Amino acid sequence: MNRVVYLFIFVVLGSFCSLALATENKFHFDSPEKSALFLDLTKELRCPKCQNQNIADSDAMIAVDLKRKVFELLQKGHDRQQVIDFMKQRYGDFVYYQPPVNPMTIWLWLLPILFVFVALAGIVMTRKRQPAEIDNEQLAKAQAILERDE
Amino acid sequence: MKKVALYLIPLGLFLGLIVFLYQGLFSDPREHQSSLIEQPMPKFVLPDLMDTQQTYTQDVFIGEVTLLNVWGVWCITCAVELPYLKQLRDEGKHIVGLYYDQDIDPDFGIKTVQRVQQEVTDKLSQLGNPYAYNIFDVKRDLSLDLGVTGAPETYLIDQQGKIRLHHIGDINPRVWKKKFAPIYNLLAAQ
Repeated sequence: MNRVVYLFIFVVLGSFCSLALATENKFHFDSPEKSALFLDLTKELRCPKCQNQNIADSDAMIAVDLKRKVFELLQKGHDRQQVIDFMKQRYGDFVYYQPPVNPMTIWLWLLPILFVFVALAGIVMTRKRQPAEIDNEQLAKAQAILERDE
Repeated sequence: MKKVALYLIPLGLFLGLIVFLYQGLFSDPREHQSSLIEQPMPKFVLPDLMDTQQTYTQDVFIGEVTLLNVWGVWCITCAVELPYLKQLRDEGKHIVGLYYDQDIDPDFGIKTVQRVQQEVTDKLSQLGNPYAYNIFDVKRDLSLDLGVTGAPETYLIDQQGKIRLHHIGDINPRVWKKKFAPIYNLLAAQ
């Protein structure tokens, strides 16, 4: 009896699983390359409404619309860059997770490098100064004090 | 003296960091420059919401300063701003609605247009009608071309049909005074 109940539960839960999969797969491509590109792009495009989700992840209406647009554009034969440009034209650089290098963002790369150089220069300078600080006269004085204590 | 200057460097860096982080407390991460500012309205051919036989194109905006308000009856904030928009219309501003429906999923079924019209009529008779007319963005294509992220959003379009301002969120007296009024008054004076 128990077994029958378990089997029943298993079958019911299993059917839910396949339902969920069915809704996920509403975009059908004729080639596996396009399908892979679609998955890639929806992971790299950012949902403009729900800040920290990509459009593949989000169920916001705008994300669903963007996914459909990506699908449409790919079906029309757009390549990867064309789809990204299309989205950027409408939603700005914000929509793509890889920010472009421009006068604003260049500092994200330059600052760490500058910091390393400044820090290196600092280390070199303090190293150079150290031997000069040991004064022979003082050394002799210290030696004298040591000898006197003995 | 040289030593003092040396100690001032970390203090300066620290103050700089404080200012930077303090600004961060008040910045809105959802606010980003719309890429359509100073661009002409995207091309479209869409029907009137109430009379689907009539169609509009991007040329309807030429000749008059227009507020294009993206909205829907399902959107709560839109209902909040409707009375204020009505007030703006009474002051003589030209407001056009860009209506889109959430329940119409282009991949699945379509809600009948009659039902959408009924919902809109009910809502507007209840809260006041600020719109000269409503453009029905059936499949939300124009919204996508405009970079709409949700509702409500409002665009200020000049006499040449160029987008001058894109505001995400509701319009209230404070937003109008701070964001819209300077540009609107400038355009209206032309």
